[in-house]
Amino acid sequence: MRWQNFFGMGRRLRELGILGMNQRNADFILLYNPRKNFPLVDDKRRTKELALAAGIAVPELYAVIEIEHQVDTLPDLLAPYDEFVIKPAHGSGGEGILVVIGKLNGRYRRSSGLLAGEDDLQYHISNILSGMFSLGGLPDCALVEYRVDFDPVFDKVSYQGVPDIRTIVFRGVPVLAMLRLPTRLSDGKANLHQGAVGVGIELATGVTSSGVWHDDTVELHPDTGGAIAGLEIPHWDQILALTARCYDLAGLGYIGVDIVLDRVRGPLMLEINARPGLSIQLANKQGLLPRLRRLEAINSIPTLIEERIALAKSLA
Amino acid sequence: MRNLHVKVLAFVLVAIGLSLCYYKVTRLGLPLFPTEQADVWTVEARIEFKPKRDTPIKARLFIPRDPAGYTVVDENFVSSNYGLTTEDDGVSRSAQWAVRKATGYQVLYYRLHLARNPSTAQAEKPIPPPNLSTPEYPELLRSEVKAVIDEARSKSADTLSFCRALLLRLNAPTPDANVSILQQDTQTQEEWVARIVDILAGADIKARMIQILHLVDGAKHASLIPWIEVYANNEWQPINPQTAEPGIPKDTIIWHVGKDMVLDINGGRFPKVEYSVTRHAQEMTLIAEQRARQMGSKIMEFSLFSLPVQTQNVYRVLLLTPVGAFLIVFMRNVVGFKTFGTFMPILIALAFRETKLIWGIVLFSLVVGLGLAIRFYLEYLKLLLVPRLASVLTIVILLMAVVSLLTHKLGIDRGVSVALFPMVILTMTVERMSLVWEEAGPLEALQQGFGSLLVAALAFAIMSDGVLRHMVFVFPELLLIVLAANLLLGRYTGYRLTELWRFRSALRQE
Repeated sequence: MRWQNFFGMGRRLRELGILGMNQRNADFILLYNPRKNFPLVDDKRRTKELALAAGIAVPELYAVIEIEHQVDTLPDLLAPYDEFVIKPAHGSGGEGILVVIGKLNGRYRRSSGLLAGEDDLQYHISNILSGMFSLGGLPDCALVEYRVDFDPVFDKVSYQGVPDIRTIVFRGVPVLAMLRLPTRLSDGKANLHQGAVGVGIELATGVTSSGVWHDDTVELHPDTGGAIAGLEIPHWDQILALTARCYDLAGLGYIGVDIVLDRVRGPLMLEINARPGLSIQLANKQGLLPRLRRLEAINSIPTLIEERIALAKSLA
Repeated sequence: MRNLHVKVLAFVLVAIGLSLCYYKVTRLGLPLFPTEQADVWTVEARIEFKPKRDTPIKARLFIPRDPAGYTVVDENFVSSNYGLTTEDDGVSRSAQWAVRKATGYQVLYYRLHLARNPSTAQAEKPIPPPNLSTPEYPELLRSEVKAVIDEARSKSADTLSFCRALLLRLNAPTPDANVSILQQDTQTQEEWVARIVDILAGADIKARMIQILHLVDGAKHASLIPWIEVYANNEWQPINPQTAEPGIPKDTIIWHVGKDMVLDINGGRFPKVEYSVTRHAQEMTLIAEQRARQMGSKIMEFSLFSLPVQTQNVYRVLLLTPVGAFLIVFMRNVVGFKTFGTFMPILIALAFRETKLIWGIVLFSLVVGLGLAIRFYLEYLKLLLVPRLASVLTIVILLMAVVSLLTHKLGIDRGVSVALFPMVILTMTVERMSLVWEEAGPLEALQQGFGSLLVAALAFAIMSDGVLRHMVFVFPELLLIVLAANLLLGRYTGYRLTELWRFRSALRQE
């Protein structure tokens, strides 16, 4: 890579319609995401409440731990549940999420297979409360919620953790979607920069194309060896509708919606991200910019969800 | 539209910044670069006399009035218990000292600081002299004057050549009879020049005597030299009364215009005035600053130079931080560098100013490295966030003290300056680094650590640049340009350099 090539490379990225970090912030987040609505999505507890009120399916909330004192009552709180997830209400980038998949002699089995004691969990929650995972280190609260029993459709292509579907929704219209598959490297997390595999999804059909893993195109899951491309995502229209409705929920024009597929409950909305990452473009081999600009040119976006879905499918 | 707004705003800011700067450079003579020095002449007139008993004393000294080719940087009068007034009648300027009673030898000083300034060589339009009436010469001289005038007139074409011819005639090495008579009873050079002016007046030529002072470094008991100025072609033209050469010599100032005595003392005897001259180089900035104050410039009233020196030094550093901040903006938004904390590298760079770069980096790495090791141990204790942060802070400060002590004992003075590091920043760096280490692995943590250090070193290099330091302090309005650049980068939507790398797979597939 030579210095004189930089301008040429920038121009080619522009031609491909790749959205850069600066442009994402200046032209979309600053323009379409009003600051006052950020707390709605930054606080997962509020998002969950809003979603429930709007009839959007979310993982059930078991308990909220707000103050240090409640940490002592943890065994009682957790007694009824064998499986659960502990996460910070203000977490970002999948940090601070602890998944328990079973109990064994009073100890908790984490998704990684390791056993954790009561005090490990308590320490983790204390860290969450003191704001270790929250933006700006502000005091936080910890949520205990339903562990998604994910749909077996992804069994062959995920290694522990929960595969989820990230969709960029602009002005209420889904623009680009990808499937994020945890790997051994990502430690069950579904974030691409932590080593998860990103797989592009065709918006119109819900069928996966090839994926990227650490900037490289992959056809097979690096841990399980399952084929990544050509997977048909179930309930695709339902997923699209769910993401589109999240726009009305948060009042934010440019969001990333994370959805998981539960075996029984179908698509569940996990969280809304007001500053969604850009890797989705690599997974789809498709720049965001042309689609965003086309939607920007439309004066009034239809209010009916079905019409928005149709619009989304016509973008591809 | 928003972009246009930002661009217009940035343009206005740049325009204001540049025009203020331009004004200060061209009109006030503030130098753009710090190394420029200029000669400053200090001229001192020392007046000495013996007062008469029980008489009020009045001393009048003619002093220069905006000497051509120089600017007055400063002037002061040393006159213990005398009352002082200055007068300016448009042609000459004088200082008047007065006191009711004085005993013993009296010494008064007038001190003048001059800087060469070629732009003032062109004096303002001279006031045309009043028409003279032909002076009455003594009976004895009348015919001689007429003879020399007639002779000079026959050998000349205009006023100046006439003067020259006359002067050459009067100063001929072997004076003829006429000239000898004219030279009679002119003991001093001054009287002789006055006589010449008189003779010129007889030929209807407006001439006057001036007193000039030759600026020679180290001159001790110098005196003024009488000179002649002739009004021709609507301006006063100086001429050497001895050689008839036009102009005044180099490094000379006109001290006084007119035939009055330069020093006039009422109530004193044995008056004496002596001039001494010294030359020394001074920084242009100071000269310009003093000069601007002399000129009563409003802008310089609000210059940072009017602050106490200590506060000035604070601002010398503070004004550099926006430049460092701009570097961070550039490194993060255009290059795409990751650093710990947005402005942490600037604060580290400020500390580097004291510790110097190499030692700064060594000490920083040492403290952060040790802090990190201890932080990992604390991780094992499972402490809550704020107590843990406080512990890390305490440990960082103790580490700094230990490093200072050890290096001091070892005789490495630089090491002592570790105390200048912002400890809270160090603490947060240790904490953030350990979190990144845990979450994203040692590689990422070290990368960000080195990134921060690199940006800090760059910021240090920029902030310790002498020219820049001088510029932001003397021309703080230049920071408006930095502000404009920040505004423009605030709407920069192009790719970051690192994104070209990040999205390279998108490029490859084509």
